[in-house]
Amino acid sequence: MSAGLTTAHSVVEPGRLSKRIATIVVVLYAVLTLLPLGWIFLTSLKSPPDSISYPPKVVFQPTIEGYCNLFTTRSRQTADYIKSLPPPSGSCEQIARDRNMVVVGTSNYAPRFLNSLIIAFGSTFCAVTLGTLAAYGFSRFKVPLADDLLFFILSTRMMPPIAVAIPIYLMYRELGLSDTKVGMILLYTAVNVSLAVWLLKGFIDEIPREYEEAAMIDGYTRLQAFRKVVLPQAATGIAATAIFCLIFAWNEYAFAVLLTSGEAQTAPPFIPIIIGEGGQDWPAVAAGTTLFLIPILVFTVLLRKHLLRGITFGAVRK
Amino acid sequence: MNDQSPVRGGPPNLVQRLAVATPEPIAGRVRGLSDRSIAWLFIAPTIVLLLAINIFPLIWTIKLSFTNYRANRPNAPVRDVGIDNYQSILTDPDIWAAMQATAHFVFWTIVLQTLIGFTLAWLIDRKFRGHGFWTTLILIPMMLSPAVVGNFWRFLYQPQIGGFNYFISFFTGLPPSSFEMIGSVKLAPWSIVVVDTWMWTPYVMLICLAGLRSIPDYIYEAAEVDRASPWRQFWSITLPMAMPFIMLAVLFRGIENFKMFDMVNLLTSGGPGSTTEVASITLKREAFEKWRTGFSSAFAIILFVTVFGLANIYVKALNRVKQR
Repeated sequence: MSAGLTTAHSVVEPGRLSKRIATIVVVLYAVLTLLPLGWIFLTSLKSPPDSISYPPKVVFQPTIEGYCNLFTTRSRQTADYIKSLPPPSGSCEQIARDRNMVVVGTSNYAPRFLNSLIIAFGSTFCAVTLGTLAAYGFSRFKVPLADDLLFFILSTRMMPPIAVAIPIYLMYRELGLSDTKVGMILLYTAVNVSLAVWLLKGFIDEIPREYEEAAMIDGYTRLQAFRKVVLPQAATGIAATAIFCLIFAWNEYAFAVLLTSGEAQTAPPFIPIIIGEGGQDWPAVAAGTTLFLIPILVFTVLLRKHLLRGITFGAVRK
Repeated sequence: MNDQSPVRGGPPNLVQRLAVATPEPIAGRVRGLSDRSIAWLFIAPTIVLLLAINIFPLIWTIKLSFTNYRANRPNAPVRDVGIDNYQSILTDPDIWAAMQATAHFVFWTIVLQTLIGFTLAWLIDRKFRGHGFWTTLILIPMMLSPAVVGNFWRFLYQPQIGGFNYFISFFTGLPPSSFEMIGSVKLAPWSIVVVDTWMWTPYVMLICLAGLRSIPDYIYEAAEVDRASPWRQFWSITLPMAMPFIMLAVLFRGIENFKMFDMVNLLTSGGPGSTTEVASITLKREAFEKWRTGFSSAFAIILFVTVFGLANIYVKALNRVKQR
């Protein structure tokens, strides 16, 4: 994992044989662990009959039918009616007609995906803003009961989501926030702000105080020093924290499935309910899964140096 | 982390002395807002948000837990039932069955993830060529959405069309359609353990790796000088010194799996029967399907208290690791 995780063992360098065994086992594990993901990706390129063939096919004719079905709704028509139509306008239309169907509209996947984006980015922005301010407060000033407040902030993230959802459901019903993006952004901000405070406090603690103090001697006020000295210094930490918040909001399911049903529904509760004719349309589900996972793969690579910090609330930094 | 000053040791420099030389009240008046008001201005929004979205609802839940309120009948009269809800939870065999399912799930996921995760970390610590690349690949599953993971494993577990049974039959020779992971009462509890282990072993591995790398080389060098065998070095240096990190990973996985909902809900929805009905799924059924809001609030409070206790231990463990 590059510089973030390496410290050289000098004298006690492991022997060649032990290194070779380690390589084989680790590579084997990595391949094994990626098999399910590979399987899902392959399924997204299968036609519905191929996807449920028995035994499963490893070699097959790839098609974009799964992706077409993911984004469209279709209706079955008679062959005569299809013959009477003008030539198909796109490859998805062509694939549908080969199955005696016509595309009648767009599915809900795109709006759900968009909801996921809006809610994830909105809540991340709020959580990181609040978190940066609070982290600076805890890092630089003597706050009475600081340890208790920090524990309180962390403990809110440990609560079981279903237990939190019961009163939130009632509260949102009273306030008219059920199934709204604002409601979900507010909720995810509250869940993420605890992680943001803990992570960012760690990052800000590492910025020497002298920088701000020197700036304040030069006539900056505390707020100006915060804006012009601390924020730029903390930029990497803020970015890493933001990605962690994004991933959480992007992946969240429990609140989404209990508190949203239409207008504000995100992708995770939607993907499992994609159905085709006669049961689950597995290629479309696999296509939706693949598209949904790609941003996470990118983020994982971007974050690899800070992963350890993120998953331990900033406690383990090496 | 608890250390207020980023400067450790070393003489205070001019800047610091000057900063101390200006009395606080004067500095405040001259430079706008005082530090104290900035501190509160910065911290207050977070605290207010958490009070509104977490603490106020929590108090509401406590209040509801002593009533027979039902969220699907908001206009029905609400009666105060005292501690009846708590009593019926603690004597309800279904709740105890759910707690047993949860215990099975938490115990086995922790055992498997710790064993596999530590072994992998121990091997990766050999720093063979390309270990960074393979580590990143191994980490991928834990970044994914548990709900989406549960959903696609439901496909992989399909006895005839999914890949899992073929994979097993390739290695064991069992006919692939002779067993059903999520359909059989015996195997279903293991199906959720397998998926959780697939997903979260990298988490334990990453923390164990940090633990192994925190052991200074000179300890091993001293052990070499004393001619301690590799076996002896492992048991009296490696394992004890990595232990706080292992404990941290175990605690965190324990808390997370105790409240497991999303992956299991999509993989088995608690079935077949209620063999994989972990606590959060029971809670969801009581609260959002049977709409026994008062009863489920009491159950939620019991789960809260348990997690809160675990979280308390977790934070203590965090602080111990941080001192390293």
